[in-house]
Amino acid sequence: MFEGLTQKFQQIFDRLGRRGVLTEADVDAALREIRLALLEADVHYTVVRDFLARVRERAVGAEVLRSLTPAQQVVKIVYEELVKTLGSPAPLHLAGSPPHGVMLVGLQGSGKTTTAAKLALRMRKAGQRPLLVAADVYRPAAIDQLELLGKQLNIPVYREGPEANPVDIARRAMRFARDHGHTLVILDTAGRLHIDEEMMAELEAIRAAIRPEEILLVVDAMTGQDAVRAAEAFHRRLSLTGLILTKLDGDARGGAAISIRAVTGVPIKFIGVGEKPDQLEPFQPERLASRILGMGDVLALIERA
Amino acid sequence: MRSMLQALREGLARTRQAAFGRIAQLLGATEITPALWEELEAALIQADVGVRVAQELLDRLRERVRREGVTRAEDLRAMLKAELRALLKDPPPLNLGRDPLEVVLVVGVNGSGKTTTVAKLAHRFRQQGRRVLLAAADTFRAAAGEQLEIWADRAGVPCIGGQPGADPGAVLFDALQAARARGYDLVLADTAGRLHTKYNLMQELQKVRRVAAKAVPGAPHEVWLVLDATTGQNALPQAREFHQAVGVTGLILTKLDGTAKGGAVFAIARELGLPVRFVGVGEGLEDLLPFDADAFVEELFEDATGSPA
Ligand SMILES: Nc1nc2c(ncn2[C@@H]2O[C@H](COP(=O)(O)OP(=O)(O)OP(=O)(O)O)[C@@H](O)[C@H]2O)c(=O)[nH]1
Ligand SMILES: Nc1nc2c(ncn2[C@@H]2O[C@H](COP(=O)(O)OP(=O)(O)OP(=O)(O)O)[C@@H](O)[C@H]2O)c(=O)[nH]1
Ligand SMILES: [Mg+2]
Ligand SMILES: [Mg+2]
Repeated sequence: MFEGLTQKFQQIFDRLGRRGVLTEADVDAALREIRLALLEADVHYTVVRDFLARVRERAVGAEVLRSLTPAQQVVKIVYEELVKTLGSPAPLHLAGSPPHGVMLVGLQGSGKTTTAAKLALRMRKAGQRPLLVAADVYRPAAIDQLELLGKQLNIPVYREGPEANPVDIARRAMRFARDHGHTLVILDTAGRLHIDEEMMAELEAIRAAIRPEEILLVVDAMTGQDAVRAAEAFHRRLSLTGLILTKLDGDARGGAAISIRAVTGVPIKFIGVGEKPDQLEPFQPERLASRILGMGDVLALIERA
Repeated sequence: MRSMLQALREGLARTRQAAFGRIAQLLGATEITPALWEELEAALIQADVGVRVAQELLDRLRERVRREGVTRAEDLRAMLKAELRALLKDPPPLNLGRDPLEVVLVVGVNGSGKTTTVAKLAHRFRQQGRRVLLAAADTFRAAAGEQLEIWADRAGVPCIGGQPGADPGAVLFDALQAARARGYDLVLADTAGRLHTKYNLMQELQKVRRVAAKAVPGAPHEVWLVLDATTGQNALPQAREFHQAVGVTGLILTKLDGTAKGGAVFAIARELGLPVRFVGVGEGLEDLLPFDADAFVEELFEDATGSPA
């Protein structure tokens, strides 16, 4: 993939020849290719447009470093802007006195339940005493799923009967955590569509009941153009505090991350790279930027420049 | 029975506006302008049709506009719909309803909606008078078997599973034996979600397929790939790899009750010729409908904003 893109650039710039500064023509030719790459990586149509406008502004007239070709110079600027858009890695923000509440929300099947277990494992290693809370009373066997994961990891799971209401479950789980010395409460909520008024209102009610320190949107890395809409809606209703991107162990480029960052501005906290409980990693903007661009090696080259 | 178009338009509070209608309004004109071309491109890409397919479609339209002397925006719109519709060729009838025991294998990446879809299919085929048995061949994901069992109860069909970690091929084999012994005529097999890039897991799926073929003549009769409509450009490599591994015969597009359009199926139809058979439009047993290509194309340009009125 990367080869393809750089070669195309190289051809464009070979035709144009080497120059001291990047001209409009240089930049526009390069940006046409970048645009394709971003759209193929599932970055949202309008987010791509705004992003490229920003890059163009920075790139036209920029000095070409001695060690770089004009093509590499444009790529360098694009890459830097992408990294900037993706933002810095952020750990969980757990302020105040324990137990700290963390709520996982998102569309159906994005990976919330699996991620809840992964996060609990990770935070236990960091010295917390986590409690997993089964607040999905809708999906068949969702509670069993979390309970099994908890058992595998030897992490307690708070559950009630399927007739209990998620808001009450959340509230009582917080009390249970306080009474039993848990320092971290991780709430697994049911998957829902961002246009499902009733279900979105339920999340607002849970949030009001337990005032969690983190509300994390769990997003499937394979998500396409709709990511923007869904994330915007979740953010509007809940004021998200972060994102977790799952299923990055596949070959999806993960451009939805750029789109969601652009519309919500909340930090990406972790990435999921497998189905197993230890397959959760801190987010690294440089790696994701390379992946979205479909470029590996050139970046190493540019970094040395 | 409600139609696919009804299903897509009903239900959750949303305000709708035809993207094309908006374009016409915006331009305040009915002529074909560069801005209109740009809006068409935007609409296609935002529906996850993908740059390549969008580009191809628009190139072909430009050519037709030139050749056929089209000048009205409205005609261009109709032409685009027709081109999109033509990409979705009408599929052959299902390879079901002939053999005494038939097997459908349901496959796909993690979380796309396989288990729920198997339940919906069971309900549907049962209503059509088939004697359906479910095989819970996902022995990997936590509580996958329990999930399918609950669904089987709701749909009123039996479900054969195995211990966690059991060999999925062996589970399917047991289910096929049980179906034959107890006089069932359709086995729907749920399989574990797997990313198409995982060599071992794809091999495991091939083995499941071989088990079916060995145990029942002509099996699997259908292999359905469940795709999440929210998925973007990764849908094509998914379809490619699953098709290569186990010979997919049809697609099921889930979660069309959201705002995602599922436009990625055009690229799949174009490259692999795979038809969409059903669509998922909710989380209930009834929320599976036969695919209606006309309705699908029509809906591609509807703008569901989802903001409560
Ligand atoms: N390959 C891979 N699979 C993952 C990852 N995270 C989750 N999954 C899988 O994705 C599927 C869905 O995960 P769940 O945790 O059940 O998703 P969920 O968001 O809780 O689903 P609902 O509760 O139905 O909305 C399961 O098969 C998980 O094993 C990941 O990072 N990589
Ligand atoms: N809104 C909506 N949700 C759906 C639809 N189909 C499935 N779901 C939901 O999507 C989530 C995942 O569905 P599953 O059937 O468990 O998906 P799966 O492919 O079996 O998942 P794994 O076995 O973990 O790979 C569940 O919350 C389902 O209720 C649909 O058509 N519309
Ligand atoms: Mg869940
Ligand atoms: Mg399943």
